[in-house]
Amino acid sequence: MWNREIETLPRAELERIQSERLRKTVERVYHNVPFYRQKLDQAGIKPEDIKSVKDVQKLPYTTKQDLRDNYPFGLFAAPQDEVVRIHASSGTTGKMTVVGYTKNDIATWAEVMARTMGSGGVTRKDIIQIAYGYGLFTGGLGAHYGAERIGASVIPISGGNTKRQLQIMKDFGTTAVACTPSYILYMAEGAEEEGINIKDLPLRVGFFGAEPWSDNMRKEIEAKLNIKAIDIYGLSEIMGPGVSSECWEQNGLHVWEDHFIVEVIDPATGEVLPYGEKGELVFTCITKEALPLLRYRTRDISILYNDLCPCGRTHMRMNRVMGRTDDMLIIRGVNVFPSQIESVLLDIGETEPHYQLIVDRDGNLDDLEIWVEVSERLFSDQVKKLEEVEGKIRREIQSTLGISARIKLVEPKTIARSEGKAKRVIDRRDVYTN
Amino acid sequence: MKVKQISVFIENKSGRLAGVTRTLGDHGINIRALSIADTTDFGILRLIVSEPEKAMTILKAEDFTVSETNVIAVQIPDNPGGLAGILQMLENAQINIEYMYAFVGKSGANAVVVFRVEDIERAIVFLQQNGIALLSDVEIYSF
Repeated sequence: MWNREIETLPRAELERIQSERLRKTVERVYHNVPFYRQKLDQAGIKPEDIKSVKDVQKLPYTTKQDLRDNYPFGLFAAPQDEVVRIHASSGTTGKMTVVGYTKNDIATWAEVMARTMGSGGVTRKDIIQIAYGYGLFTGGLGAHYGAERIGASVIPISGGNTKRQLQIMKDFGTTAVACTPSYILYMAEGAEEEGINIKDLPLRVGFFGAEPWSDNMRKEIEAKLNIKAIDIYGLSEIMGPGVSSECWEQNGLHVWEDHFIVEVIDPATGEVLPYGEKGELVFTCITKEALPLLRYRTRDISILYNDLCPCGRTHMRMNRVMGRTDDMLIIRGVNVFPSQIESVLLDIGETEPHYQLIVDRDGNLDDLEIWVEVSERLFSDQVKKLEEVEGKIRREIQSTLGISARIKLVEPKTIARSEGKAKRVIDRRDVYTN
Repeated sequence: MKVKQISVFIENKSGRLAGVTRTLGDHGINIRALSIADTTDFGILRLIVSEPEKAMTILKAEDFTVSETNVIAVQIPDNPGGLAGILQMLENAQINIEYMYAFVGKSGANAVVVFRVEDIERAIVFLQQNGIALLSDVEIYSF
């Protein structure tokens, strides 16, 4: 364990810390963020009404829309000169979701990621290959700081270039890896082609997240690479990777509760659900300085377990993410909303675009094909003009979403409509089934 | 001297071409000439038909994506070098051809080539000035 004292803190003590930190956070946002002051005033809540962790239920929810409405820095609770890092992810309708960190926030992030990697037994003796993307995406740098905090030897290779990944893994003797679960399977496949026996390499543990994956996929990874596959969870709005992590028991992900208060609610009514019931995950940041969100609705579906874990950690566990309450897809680690595709089509002059996203796993990598019905506006008697249309859609999607997609022009009424509404997504990956 | 061509978007899957031609046949529309341009995913079927307006309406009603384009139909001597002569003239005049297709009419003496050019007005004037016979829509629909 990276931080045995905190990770095994008795519940009563943990809750005392949470209460104190929640109080401070509510005070902070009330005084520093006009949006929260207004929201709390409207709800008739004063900071002094928040006395214990139980009082979190009195607080209003925060949604992604709130972040968008306050783009880019409107919800920041720290002055800009205290913000040392900014990350962003593509939003649902073109506007990015922007998050900021103070120096202390970065230290907290490193701490929770160090615990996450500590759960997989990483120590300063390890050589860890960070194959999450570095950049605006939180995956790469988040994992990097955690591993560095532990004192492991960090290889900041970022995503892609599988051949080089494999060569480094083999030549440097990488013992731990962090990337998306689909990418590690892709690497395993690449190793086969390169004639590398990946099972015999020193690699012994991997930290996989940023996209949904099933237990079957875990079994496949563990068998193919002869490693332990640890599920990690996070989202940039709350911190990035390191919000929760599995331990060696692999029976749910411990939420680092001294930094995040977790709840599960009924997504329809907003009512808080008891332990063991399935609903939407909601997090409150209680140590963040730059962007301490109150009761942020993640749209991720999970279950909370409060029974004691054999590992000795007292922090509550959440089930691996079991689905979404909205139509968000995660393709190659990138969040994709069908509405983003729609706005690209509207931008190229389609007034009423009919389209469908077909997501599949080609080998181990996600594959996105977008069917677009050819309207009279798009149509031309010349092949080159139609190919230009395809190219334009492809480039726009690449530049706004950062992922490549195949565009297929199809005849009108090809996309099935039920009650007049077209089915926008066909996901053949079965990512949420166990 | 312009001739109306209708273009239909068809996916590369079985039965689509048959679908278009059956629809036209059922409504008594005669196909005078056709060509298909295709890619791996889709094709564009270009047709010269007896009643283009009616054909457009019918195909639209059957949910096909269609468009109308003006083309020119040129009578070419049906002998070796006939086409080459015309193409050379167009090239000399720097009239760009987007695409073309040929069909042989019932009378036999001449062949007909359909041209889709960038600048149709200039092409018509140029060909007429050079004594090349263009077919009118009435002529081609009954050629």
